[in-house]
Amino acid sequence: MTELKNELIRHSAADLAAKLAAREVTAVEVTQAHLDRIADVDGQVNAFLHVNSEEALAVAAEVDAARAAGGSAAEELHALAGVPIAVKDLIVTIGQPTTAGSKILEGWHSPYDATVVKKLRAAKMPILGKTNLDEFAMGSSTEHSAYGPTRNPWDLDRIPGGSGGGSAAAVAAFEAPLALGTDTGGSIRQPGAVTGTVGVKPTYGAVSRYGAIAMASSLDQIGPVSRTVLDSALLQEVIGGHDPFDSTSLTDPFNNLVAAARVGNVAGMKIGIIKELHGEGYQTGVENRFNESLQLLKDAGAEIVEVSCPNLKYALGAYYLIMPSEVSSNLAKFDGVRFGLRVLPKDGPMTIERVMGATRAAGFGDEVKRRIILGTYALSAGYYDAYYGSAQKVRTLIQRDFDAAFAQADVLISPTAPTTAFKLGEKLDDPLAMYLNDVATIPANMAGIPGLSLPGGLADEDGLPVGIQLLAPAREDARLYRVGAVLESILEEKWGGPILAKAPDLKNAVLGAVSNTAGGSN
Amino acid sequence: MSVDATLSFEEAMEKYDPVLGFEVHVELNTKTKMFSSAPNVFGDEPNTNVNEVDLGMPGVLPVVNKTAVESSIKIGLALNCKIAETCRFARKNYFYPDTPKNFQTSQYDEPIAYDGYLDIELEDGTVFRVEIERAHMEEDAGKLTHMGGAAGRIQGADYSLVDYNRSGVPLVEIVTKPIEGAGSRAPELAKAYVAAVREIVKNLGVSDAKMERGNVRCDANVSLRPHGRERFGIRSETKNVNSLRAVEHAVRYEIQRHAAVLDSGEPVIQETRHWHEDTRSTTSGRPKSDADDYRYFPEPDLVPVVASREWVEELRATLPEPPAERRKRLKEAWGYSDLEFRDVVNAGVMDSIEETIAAGASADVARKWWMGEIVGRAKVADVDPSELGVTPQVIVELNKLVEDGKINNKMATQVLDGVLAGEGTPAEIVEKRGLAVVSDDGPLLEAIDAALAAQPDVAEKIRGGKVQAIGAIVGGVMKATRGQADAGRVRELILEKLGVEG
Repeated sequence: MTELKNELIRHSAADLAAKLAAREVTAVEVTQAHLDRIADVDGQVNAFLHVNSEEALAVAAEVDAARAAGGSAAEELHALAGVPIAVKDLIVTIGQPTTAGSKILEGWHSPYDATVVKKLRAAKMPILGKTNLDEFAMGSSTEHSAYGPTRNPWDLDRIPGGSGGGSAAAVAAFEAPLALGTDTGGSIRQPGAVTGTVGVKPTYGAVSRYGAIAMASSLDQIGPVSRTVLDSALLQEVIGGHDPFDSTSLTDPFNNLVAAARVGNVAGMKIGIIKELHGEGYQTGVENRFNESLQLLKDAGAEIVEVSCPNLKYALGAYYLIMPSEVSSNLAKFDGVRFGLRVLPKDGPMTIERVMGATRAAGFGDEVKRRIILGTYALSAGYYDAYYGSAQKVRTLIQRDFDAAFAQADVLISPTAPTTAFKLGEKLDDPLAMYLNDVATIPANMAGIPGLSLPGGLADEDGLPVGIQLLAPAREDARLYRVGAVLESILEEKWGGPILAKAPDLKNAVLGAVSNTAGGSN
Repeated sequence: MSVDATLSFEEAMEKYDPVLGFEVHVELNTKTKMFSSAPNVFGDEPNTNVNEVDLGMPGVLPVVNKTAVESSIKIGLALNCKIAETCRFARKNYFYPDTPKNFQTSQYDEPIAYDGYLDIELEDGTVFRVEIERAHMEEDAGKLTHMGGAAGRIQGADYSLVDYNRSGVPLVEIVTKPIEGAGSRAPELAKAYVAAVREIVKNLGVSDAKMERGNVRCDANVSLRPHGRERFGIRSETKNVNSLRAVEHAVRYEIQRHAAVLDSGEPVIQETRHWHEDTRSTTSGRPKSDADDYRYFPEPDLVPVVASREWVEELRATLPEPPAERRKRLKEAWGYSDLEFRDVVNAGVMDSIEETIAAGASADVARKWWMGEIVGRAKVADVDPSELGVTPQVIVELNKLVEDGKINNKMATQVLDGVLAGEGTPAEIVEKRGLAVVSDDGPLLEAIDAALAAQPDVAEKIRGGKVQAIGAIVGGVMKATRGQADAGRVRELILEKLGVEG
């Protein structure tokens, strides 16, 4: 039985779906196997903030009942019905707490479901629970979670990336075959890179943001986290599409993603190396794996060209003006008046301003406060034009750079992150060093274009996963899946199997010196 | 509360020239809110017309109400504004518990309507053009009720209650350019301007336009400068002046107060003022500077509103006749004097008279009934004349009964009372109450004989040619017949009897 369960959790979502459809396994078995795995290893990984066993098993049982009933009940089941999934705790769910990784929302239950959650429910995908993240998705390591950091399944002393380290680690540790993430500056792709998993930030507007607690509205996007490119395509087709509750969601659907992941060749495609997104500042092992992937794509018939996006050097700076500006406004609602934490001032007069102040002082962590203060400053009268205004101009320049680049190449390619996973605590006191993790992922958010990260192998010097990022023009998400699936299959052939087969066995892993509370956000 | 010094209005006018400015907030009567699908309904149980969007729950997003945009464009067109081809919403950031997100979604540098004007006709017919700077869309805030403490203000309150039913109700804020040259007519112009805006939005059907419910709210800016000086003085902004009369009084009061401040050599403080109807005065609110920093930035959760020229022209074609033009047309068509027409307008029965005429009555008959009978009764019942329960058909029917000689005018008023008491149609009431003009001369002649016998001296005067004395005899006859006689016929019979030519 243990062996069977162990085998079940190692299957991709696509394989599980096939086995469920063929009635080789039941959804309850699949779901229970993952719940068992969570019970076994999450004490070490800390990927989950909440485990939703009862509801997940109930949904799985519904799927099994429908399948057993046969006829239209079985036929109407979605292809992924019964395939369990984890949800980043930034996305609101009825029936489970939603914390955004913050003390200010501790114990809060949403009265409504996010649109993507409604879609998961409609597809009858059991929701295993809510995954850990940097507070309000602000961070690149999950160390800014108020509930302790998540650990990288490859090395428990290292960060799993962020902000969606919980979702990536859950998938890498076989606690879930699929997860939802959110990506504002790389929060899906960078954790994917450092955990040896696949993560996709769809085109801005491809997936409804309704119910994703906003960090920076013009940059946020929900997307899939998985172990294979095909699985991400399957999941994006479930969660994508126009939503009347999100006026920034695109009206015309583009659901040829799964088909693209199955095309299987890149012959004749032009793949552009972005001159500014590799080389100096990138770890040697990362650079080596990147060059190896380029050669493999070339061997597979793709034409490799070099493109230049000169304004990308301003992207990080502009991002750290636009993002905090929106943060300062989006997070104003967390004031203790209507929901969540309320802290009364210890002494002095009890006025509404002082209750709001005391609540926010106690409820927000340092990184959140840092960004609120930055953003408030950037939007202030007299500074707006110089900061927010200039940053928006940079954004336009970045978009133009990408337009020009995509005139020369079908997709662009770069390393996802400049380094492999660093040690917990290593960059916690150096916000700038932390921010530099997202230098290669931020441009896609600034331009609204889709980006995918997939495993590119292990760095020679530390044996840790390296991520390869693919970028495509807006609405051309399908190209990412096409190229990504081909590169994935060539690489897996070279490795003799999926990269995660090389990850250490968590059951034998020993926690390092860093305790679970180190790096708490206060 | 200290009482501010004031100058007499006349003295203030002698020394200073007032400059006005108005911000009028109009609540739209859309079915749902500006950015959510919650109902836009006034007066319900607190916090029942809300959903997660109106409460600013984590994760929610706004969606623009298309009808609200349409209404805003209509208002812009009616104010002779240009309509922006594209415009954006912006966030106005400030922490206050009536705004659940701690920012108000409004418009900042890209209003949907701009550069318009409104011609305001004052009572004596003078036309004054008020330039409109902009009309922009935004959402209303929730309603705070401060409990305990003094004067219902947040300062000193024990706690405050919030009703978010109003949160997210669509608003259009109409902002004038500085209004110069009104002189001593400034208070009158202020009232007339707000009245005109209110009338326009009501006529467009885009707002219930009830000031007492806060559907139309006025902030009045006043500043004074010495005659002949170009530069404006420092202004005060009197908030939420919520009746037409109060607008006039508030502007007048602020002119008098500013004049006293300036006379004393002190600078006027730029601040908001609160209007108090009971004392007809204002008190200091909070200091307001042009540098209030709301950290406006474009609302990233909403795409720009695009108003195609085709759409704007479609909406323009649906606009009703402007109220001022309509009044001019009706006055001419009905042939009323200036005074008669103004009374009709002020009594609020212009629409009712128009409907009554359409139902078949003459202009004079319609006016006689509405102004002579219904307005007074409505006042007693404390309702709008149109809501008293008299339909145009009732008036047409009553008038026909009189014209056919079936009842006289006095009876007709009794029949009207019967209609209002729910006794049925006029014809049914005439029947039920046994009201009919006594046209059989027999009983009348008896009554006339009795009346003449009772007042022989009057009879003698009439015989002697003083026909105007006949009233006393007619009165006696009417009394004896309990008003059921046809007074005209009685007169004829008396003259016949006495052998006098009428």
